[in-house]
Amino acid sequence: MTTKSDSVGIVQPHDFILQEGIRLHSGQILAPVTLRYETYGTLSEKKDNAILIEHALSGDAHAAGYYAEGDGRPGWWDSMIGPGKPFDTNRYFIVCSNILGGCSGSTGPGSINPATGKPYNMSFPVITIEDMVDAQRKLKEHLGIQKWLSVAGGSMGGMQAIQWGIKYPEEMDSVIAIATTARISAQSIAFNWVGREAIMDDQDWNGGNYEDQPEHGLATARMLAHITYLSEESMRQKFGRRLQSSEDYSYAFKKDFSVESYLEHQGSRFVERFDANSYLYITRAIDYFDVAGRHDGELKKAFEHVKCPFMVVSFSSDWLFPPEQSKELVRALLDNDIDTTYCNIESSYGHDAFLLEEATLGRMLSGFLDNLYDRREDENAK
Amino acid sequence: MRSDLIKASEEYIYSRRDLSTMTEMIPENVRILDLGCGTGRLLKAMQVLKGARVMGVEMNESKVIECIGRGVPVIQKNLDDGLSDFKDNSFDFVILSQTFQTVKRPDVILDEMLRIGKRGIVSFINIGYWRARIQIAFGNMPVTRTLPMQWYDTTNIHLGTISDFRKLCRDRNIRIVTEIPLQERNRIPWRCRLWPNLFASTCVFIIEK
Repeated sequence: MTTKSDSVGIVQPHDFILQEGIRLHSGQILAPVTLRYETYGTLSEKKDNAILIEHALSGDAHAAGYYAEGDGRPGWWDSMIGPGKPFDTNRYFIVCSNILGGCSGSTGPGSINPATGKPYNMSFPVITIEDMVDAQRKLKEHLGIQKWLSVAGGSMGGMQAIQWGIKYPEEMDSVIAIATTARISAQSIAFNWVGREAIMDDQDWNGGNYEDQPEHGLATARMLAHITYLSEESMRQKFGRRLQSSEDYSYAFKKDFSVESYLEHQGSRFVERFDANSYLYITRAIDYFDVAGRHDGELKKAFEHVKCPFMVVSFSSDWLFPPEQSKELVRALLDNDIDTTYCNIESSYGHDAFLLEEATLGRMLSGFLDNLYDRREDENAK
Repeated sequence: MRSDLIKASEEYIYSRRDLSTMTEMIPENVRILDLGCGTGRLLKAMQVLKGARVMGVEMNESKVIECIGRGVPVIQKNLDDGLSDFKDNSFDFVILSQTFQTVKRPDVILDEMLRIGKRGIVSFINIGYWRARIQIAFGNMPVTRTLPMQWYDTTNIHLGTISDFRKLCRDRNIRIVTEIPLQERNRIPWRCRLWPNLFASTCVFIIEK
């Protein structure tokens, strides 16, 4: 399985350690900062073929490939990253790092505070999407990359991509923003809030000072979130009203229905790999993200300094980051004369479509990136 | 590779009289918006041959994907939903190529074209063409080379004659800068120039306000 010809194969993560840390949006200095990252493909001599992949809420640096022979599950975007795939490692150098505030190798609430010798837990500063991007920029400098060929991501990854385009407009040739938004809606904020309450109400959370994960709270948060990633239609097709194992209702409060059993499984798998405090900090950063915030809500103004082409993609049944929000983003880009490509992909998968509609999204990504790269090469050759 | 692109673009443009006519009217290095751009072939040709900065609007998902595959920026949108996303005077030319008769409100689209662009280029299908008129005279809705679909299964919902189009422009204070009547088989015989409403199957109009 790991030796499939279209896979990047066995990969290993690296840790970039910034001893002097970074200055956060809040003004606070967080030091040291570690960013765990992986790269796939080869950086060109001119260092001009690098693409930054941004992961979503529960993602990590392991975007593609396998850690070992016999490893059952590849990176979260393995279908898109590899030789001959849309993020073609024969052509491009792909970089993915775990976000600041994460729990998969990068500095987050679970990391040791050098001042106390104990985990930060809830003394970790409240970080923003902008802070995540600033940390990634340090990694970019460390890798010797002047300009990304593209910064691409879906969901919270799309927010980071948009933030890059706004804050560092000279530092990329394109931005790809998938199933995302310039600011989440009240409905999405509400779901994040309930998820956090589930965690914080779990006795085992203990104010954030726990040895073992507050499993019930974190699993509940994940189950709730998981529902928002699906669509009514996809749930109907996948589960319907089917009972999991028995012929009839139990007339008790067990997992009668298939969908109940599925959600429980999603929840328990999540707590094996994720950290409850990280979940609090990351969802908070998602809530706070609003590029129009410092422009009196005027999205057009937020994009005034953007220079590069954008590709924006939404999915028709995504009700967490609905197409309307992508269209709002497109309007703001057009208002600023930015070369914009937009497609609302017809899909019944809901928000998860950004990971599942591989064929359609893949063709768009290949088309966009390959043309961008070829045109830039043509221009350089002139 | 670039020379292949140039060759392919030229072949495409010169395969259709209305396209080559339009291309000859467009100068270098302008901004072009194509409403109903299909797979983006025309825009790609404009990009390659004229150094134009292009953008397309297209409703069909697979055609949008093909546009992206050509490196043409494209917004997926149904023209009937309006063009308020585009701001005033943001393009030098707005093209409506064989799409005018498919939209719900062709009159509104004309106004919008000239709000968004300095000049509009409309490639218009003329139902006043003699072949179409004869069929109606004999009692049936016309099916011709330029109107190949049956009346009950066609995207052409607003057909008109060249004379009708001229009148619409007059009513909307739109100036027809140039009118180039064309006939099937890519010839422009003297009849077509003398009496376009009867002898032209299509007509390219350059319009402005």
